Amino acid sequence: MTMTDPETSTSAAENDMWTAKLRRSWEKNLPPDKLLPDRQPAYVASWIYVFGVATIAALVVVFASGLVLTLEGPSWYHVSSVGLFVNSLHFWSVQLFFIFMVVHLWGKFWMAAWRGRRAMTWITGVVCFLGSVGTAFTGYLIQSNFDSQWIASEAKDGLNAVGIGAFFDTENYGQALLLHVAFLPLVVGFIVIIHVLLVRKHGVVPPLDYAESAAGQEAAAAANAEVSN
Amino acid sequence: MIASSVLAVAENPPPYLSVGVFSVSVPNAIIIGVMLALFVLAIVVPFPKDKDQS
Repeated sequence: MTMTDPETSTSAAENDMWTAKLRRSWEKNLPPDKLLPDRQPAYVASWIYVFGVATIAALVVVFASGLVLTLEGPSWYHVSSVGLFVNSLHFWSVQLFFIFMVVHLWGKFWMAAWRGRRAMTWITGVVCFLGSVGTAFTGYLIQSNFDSQWIASEAKDGLNAVGIGAFFDTENYGQALLLHVAFLPLVVGFIVIIHVLLVRKHGVVPPLDYAESAAGQEAAAAANAEVSN
Repeated sequence: MIASSVLAVAENPPPYLSVGVFSVSVPNAIIIGVMLALFVLAIVVPFPKDKDQS
């Protein structure tokens, strides 16, 4: 780190520091009014635009209930009434998470939400979906009951048949447990944050009919000009 | 009690809907139906207007 007089201009070496580059990139791509906007375009006033944030709301409940289950352990959540309640809360919030995510996915697919330089937003959403399927699957494996034993034995045949049984053994409880409570939540949580930041950067995708209108063309031209500057 | 409830599940599998090679359990079909209904409702049900707007 270089110490300088605040009154003097920054040197070329300072401009090349990774912290300076990161700060400039962040300020250019995600200024505060884009990161936390007060208003949204009129077309966002539709129920189909609600399911993205509904998915995140369900994910927050999934993470919170999962954290309590992790701290207390199966001897608590399989036996005590509060434990059974939190266990059910975790399960049902996951069901809602997937229902909301699928409706969000359908809504975005049918409005071709990858338009207007939003390809990475779409791709991170797809990766979130696949990562969530893996997280839910390992969750079913670590229920520590007869149901999870049944799922593990059946899935082992399936995964062996597609050639990944050597890397991921559904009957290895410790592996499934660590994947579910540590690795996969970190991956899904990180990609969800990137997904939301990309939505903030590029803005909410307009409906197809709006994008084809004169106002939509004008907004798209303004966005392109902003990117090229 | 747990073992008996597991046996109850194993002995009473949910009913299945089968059309040719396609097969789905009724509980899963209900979930898919709920998602489709939510999707249609999200498109057709009007969103409440902001009080500031006329």
